[in-house]
Amino acid sequence: MTASVLPPRPDESELGPIGRGLQIVPNDGGAGWTLVAVIAALAFLAALAAGAAVQVASAAATWREAISHEATIQVKPDPGRDGEADLARAAELARETPGIRTARILSRDDAERLLEPWLGAGLDLSDLPVPRLIALELARDPKPDLSRLALRLKIDVPGSSLDDHSAWLSRLAAVTAGIVGFAISAVILVLGASAGAIGFATRGAVTGHRDVVEVLRLVGARDGFVAWLFAKRFARLGLLGGLIGSAAAAAALLGLALLSDNGASGGTGLIAALAPSPWTFAAMAAIAVADAAVAGAVAWTAVKRFLKVHR
Amino acid sequence: MNWDEATTAPSVVRLDGVGFRYGTGPEILSEVSLDLPPRSFHFLSGPSGAGKTTLIRLILLSVRPTSGELRLFGETTADLAGDRLTQFRRRMGVVFQDFRLLDHLTTYQNVALPLLVQGYEEATFRGEVVELLQWVGLGDRIGAMPPTLSGGEKQRAAIARALIARPELILADEPTGNVDPALARRLLHLFVELNRLGTSVILATHDVALMDQVEAGRLILLDGRLYHDP
Ligand SMILES: Nc1ncnc2c1ncn2[C@@H]1O[C@H](COP(=O)(O)OP(=O)(O)O)[C@@H](O)[C@H]1O
Ligand SMILES: [Mg+2]
Repeated sequence: MTASVLPPRPDESELGPIGRGLQIVPNDGGAGWTLVAVIAALAFLAALAAGAAVQVASAAATWREAISHEATIQVKPDPGRDGEADLARAAELARETPGIRTARILSRDDAERLLEPWLGAGLDLSDLPVPRLIALELARDPKPDLSRLALRLKIDVPGSSLDDHSAWLSRLAAVTAGIVGFAISAVILVLGASAGAIGFATRGAVTGHRDVVEVLRLVGARDGFVAWLFAKRFARLGLLGGLIGSAAAAAALLGLALLSDNGASGGTGLIAALAPSPWTFAAMAAIAVADAAVAGAVAWTAVKRFLKVHR
Repeated sequence: MNWDEATTAPSVVRLDGVGFRYGTGPEILSEVSLDLPPRSFHFLSGPSGAGKTTLIRLILLSVRPTSGELRLFGETTADLAGDRLTQFRRRMGVVFQDFRLLDHLTTYQNVALPLLVQGYEEATFRGEVVELLQWVGLGDRIGAMPPTLSGGEKQRAAIARALIARPELILADEPTGNVDPALARRLLHLFVELNRLGTSVILATHDVALMDQVEAGRLILLDGRLYHDP
């Protein structure tokens, strides 16, 4: 009956895990899955909002990029003037402006083709006064002084006008900002709702395992250690829910893109804008990560507060 | 008492006029005073319901005195909270009367728990835990879950958990209540041995026969009062 006659060492494979695999606080099973489902549903909405915002912002950037080095001079026909001379003069003024790379006079045919979508093909427009256009290609550096050019045109070619798309661009910027702001508010709201659900679930879990928590503290666990156990668990649930929700949102977006591709092959404009970019998926993945972070932080705080109250 | 000794080695547990009641209930302990020097061994006895478990919970800082002062290891314990509270608890090992093993952990994991929650790596304590389990006669039950253990086995697992972190003070609440007299004697000698190695022990029991086996101080709880038997 002394230490010298110990039986042979037991089979240590039976010890059970101590490190990663050990659940010091038992799992809740069902309750955990309910929370994952709630977080997944919320993450789906947040990821859609975030993805849409990224799509809109990047499409807007593409459009902006495409048209920011274009401008057009329009010369309205005036029976009292020599249209061809006016066109040539306007083009010359443009070419003299530093920062304008090229000024190309669109032929009458070009102009008529541009009107086709509105007036229909096969119409003989030769008798009609069709406005003529000069396409300008702008350099990024030096930036052309377009307002000065506009004034010169007003003086030399009274029937002309310069359109640098700035009105359209500023409206695009406003709409983009609105959509992005809306999406950010939606993401914040949804994360807030997830945080509420997680806080509720954490308080349930810590109350449900009160006896375990008490034993842990009595055998020397710091409050921070206990809080960390719960934070880890809920961060994992948050990540899982977030991934499920984001993946569903990504799948929905891809499906939408595929549908629209079927309709219009090699689509442009709105259709092209629907094709998801890597940034869109990055934003959706960020939602999952944010869910995990929010879950961990909320659980940690909730448990710490519980332990403080229940000394 | 020699002045030198008093300053270098403060009392492990010191109560001055401690009173306690659960909520608004009757006073369970009143005017309890005691002063246990380091390396001492004390039995805490009294009839069932006398307040032995309650006194142990007070020392463990699991409940707070309603009146009077409690000092541990020479320090006051008033208004303790958070990590300071944990620091005190890490210097004590407790065997609960109802064991309080975690049912979802193996015996090995339960016994390793105090080290685990202090952040030790398994590699540093694995051999020690297995050895202690063998020593209390649970070498063949290391992978068993507490619900499958007998009362005596649970008791020994609970004792092993209280000892594993080498506490300065052991609080054992009826640690021989569920075992046959032979094993009770063996477990008692385990505590005596630990005490010889320098650990202070408070062992609550209502078993007078057990107390007669060891020369030790006796604290007796009766009607809320604490009496010292030499
Ligand atoms: N949590 C509690 N709430 C209220 N009363 C309690 C509680 N625990 C114990 N008591 C009461 O305190 C008294 C002392 O109990 P206890 O300390 O367990 O005695 P012992 O361990 O000596 O048998 C008993 O009357 C018991 O009913
Ligand atoms: Mg008791």
